[in-house]
Amino acid sequence: MSAILTSETKKVLIKPLINENPITLQVLGICSALAVTSQMSTSLIMAIALTSVTACSSASISLIRNHIPSSIRIIVQMTIIASLVIVVDQILKAVAYDISKQLSVFVGLIITNCIVMGRAEAYAMKNPPLESFMDGIGNGLGYSLILVIVAFFRELFGSGKLLGIEIFELTKDGGWYDPNGLMLLPPSAFFIIGMIIWVFRQVKPEQREHVEFEIMPIAHGEGGHH
Amino acid sequence: MPNLKDCKHYEKFKLYADRILAQSNDSLEKTLAIALWVCFVCAILVSIAAVALRPIQANNKALDMKKNILDVAGLLQEGGDINAAFDQQIEAKLVDLETGDYVEGIDVATYDQRKAAKDPEQSIAIPPEEDIASIKAKAKIAKVYLVKKGEEIQSIILPISGYGLWSTLYGFLALEADGQTVQSINFYDQAETPGLGGEVVNPNWRALWQGKKVYNEAGEPVLKLVKGTVDTNKPGSEYQVDGLAGATLTSVGVSNLVKYWMSKEGFATYLDKVRTDG
Repeated sequence: MSAILTSETKKVLIKPLINENPITLQVLGICSALAVTSQMSTSLIMAIALTSVTACSSASISLIRNHIPSSIRIIVQMTIIASLVIVVDQILKAVAYDISKQLSVFVGLIITNCIVMGRAEAYAMKNPPLESFMDGIGNGLGYSLILVIVAFFRELFGSGKLLGIEIFELTKDGGWYDPNGLMLLPPSAFFIIGMIIWVFRQVKPEQREHVEFEIMPIAHGEGGHH
Repeated sequence: MPNLKDCKHYEKFKLYADRILAQSNDSLEKTLAIALWVCFVCAILVSIAAVALRPIQANNKALDMKKNILDVAGLLQEGGDINAAFDQQIEAKLVDLETGDYVEGIDVATYDQRKAAKDPEQSIAIPPEEDIASIKAKAKIAKVYLVKKGEEIQSIILPISGYGLWSTLYGFLALEADGQTVQSINFYDQAETPGLGGEVVNPNWRALWQGKKVYNEAGEPVLKLVKGTVDTNKPGSEYQVDGLAGATLTSVGVSNLVKYWMSKEGFATYLDKVRTDG
């Protein structure tokens, strides 16, 4: 175990959880974070699928990184990622049929998830396979963390349940909780992710983006001039 | 385990691989070789996964279908053996939609109505003005399921489908032997908005269908979803089901698909025959 957990692999495994989280810091992979988070169960399966695809694709790309011609670099990466996504989709259809039915097209859309491509391009092309694999796992877990938090709030307040188990009894079943319909629609994930980013950047001010352009106050009589 | 080095092409392949790998990454030959080999390896990986897992997937699909049919028949037992329960209690039959007669000579077990609806030879295109369920084409032969006690029919389970807001909904409608009273409805394949239109799978909503009537005195299919809650004291309430809150278009879609499949275009002729012949 100590051979695997060198300081570099530890760093790439832990950093993407909070400090360099792909969703909150880099704002990548938002599409599926909006689409699959209305329930915890679908989010968890999606998180596992994305983590395994990112880890395996980064490791495979890293294995052949010294021989990938730069002119077809992106296509080679896409081919490997797409193949792994199809394999994961096939496995889900075989072992978790009901959930794969609910995830429908979103497993296939992992191909276009910027996190997978981003890690291949930014890390796996320059680093050895083991580190790339760990980097994939780390970023997958960073994505998973946000997905699970978002799904927790959406399922709890949208349907009064967690993992399909009733927590709040709904008024339509004779209980007290009137579910928030907005939570079931994709825009609610925007608000929740926005708030998570706010909390992260409040706690860790170094994550705040630098102001690139300062808007100059308009001096009297100069309005409209350039 | 045969040694790879014993293969007579091994030496040749090694020479080829060394020559390719020694080239600059941007040479034309290496670019083409890498592209081809990446595709080749990926293709093998994908094929193995697809072929090896196909039997399990097909089994899952068949089991899921049986589970849905048992569920709509009210015979689904938690934790029970689905295959055994299905084989003992449910009989699949093929029905010619136009004549309403049972079809013999086609294997019931392998006939797939959804596939047949897409095959121009086995289906009929529906003219747009009649296509209230927005399904474009229907199979000439439908697969229905019967639950019998002795020789007496307990329920008739009919496949239904139609377009909602985002997706085509596929499901079953279970009627009593009178071909008029609803026992249950379920949708096994749909992609409506979760929590709104997706509530078509909600057991509480589905329970509202029990005991509703499909045909009025003139024999027209009038069962439909209405906005809000049905007032059970008003006349005609037996032909009405509560609409889905916040899902007007899915509700309209469900009303239309029930109307379509219960009309002469759908199962009306068949149900007439069941009523007279038993």
